Amino acid sequence: MVAGFAMLILCQLIGEVTVRGLGLPVPGPVLGLVILVLAAAAMRRGSGDDRFVDPAAPLGRVADGLLSILALLFVPAGVGVVQYLGLLGEHATAIGVALVASTVITLLATVATFLAIRRLVGVGVEDEEAGS
Amino acid sequence: MTPFALWVYLSASPLFWLTVTLLAWLLADRIALATGRHPLANPVLIAVAVVAVLLRLTGTEYRLYFDGAQFVHFLLGPATVALAVPLWRNRRLVLRTVVPMLGALVVGSAVAIVSTVAIAAALGAPKPVLISLMPKSVTAAVAMAVSEGLGGIPALTAVLVLTTGVIGAVVVTPLMNALGIRDWAARGFSVGLASHGIGTARAWVVHPVAGIFAGIAMGLNAVVTPILAPLVAALLL
Repeated sequence: MVAGFAMLILCQLIGEVTVRGLGLPVPGPVLGLVILVLAAAAMRRGSGDDRFVDPAAPLGRVADGLLSILALLFVPAGVGVVQYLGLLGEHATAIGVALVASTVITLLATVATFLAIRRLVGVGVEDEEAGS
Repeated sequence: MTPFALWVYLSASPLFWLTVTLLAWLLADRIALATGRHPLANPVLIAVAVVAVLLRLTGTEYRLYFDGAQFVHFLLGPATVALAVPLWRNRRLVLRTVVPMLGALVVGSAVAIVSTVAIAAALGAPKPVLISLMPKSVTAAVAMAVSEGLGGIPALTAVLVLTTGVIGAVVVTPLMNALGIRDWAARGFSVGLASHGIGTARAWVVHPVAGIFAGIAMGLNAVVTPILAPLVAALLL
């Protein structure tokens, strides 16, 4: 447990320090994500298997645990709405229309591009891969 | 100790508002479960509403509330890093569809940022609101960092991110069904990209393949939006 959590925050720490040190536009935790993927590739090379991301392994267990409560982690920031009720009310139409329309447009653009390119290059994902 | 003195202690203690946050979450999750996880009964939205009402009733400042809630908020960073684990587990699936995914990723991410800014600007929203809207499709921790970096209001962004997640989760199933799109990978990828974790949670309910691709899209967009948003800001604002 502790080892898994330490690994996550170590990756985040390296990410934050690198981002700040080099003035990169990417948030520290996102670089931490990339670093953890690279670390996973290195660990696989070292051990020859994927045991470290097993749901029972320290890293796998902590990651699954955190991601299963991901929605809860949004609550403290979301409660920040109380500070901006005035601003939100003042621009309710602009914000509301922008959010709904943009979300629908984004869904359509993404799904259309995905399907178009997939047809073009002729690669497919079979449903039997669902469990992998 | 009088009840008032006790309240003075409690209301200023991080322990109290941390407890309230967790209890509000448990209540919200219970309500969501009771509705059969209906997309409209979003547990985040319910928990936020419950806590917000309590803050208003007790006249508590958000800053004081956050002293307690920050311990939950802090975990958003490690949770973002943790996205690497499902990404790594599904890397073969990712590599097989890497071309359509990368195309959809770049197009979708750009459309998400530009369309929201263009529409809100046309309707007269001021610049801080526009910047706060830009990263609305990315998971909260990343979106708040992007917003802060560009001069937006991170807490407002968090609210907009949450709302976007709920909108995507509510809209995706009827929209894709109406268009006759049966490709679960494409459906999942689009909802994960447009509505991050809340859309991904919805995708898992609908189909496991959709869930995997939604998670991948959320992770990839968390990398791309922080790169695209400053470019769009420089060009449009």
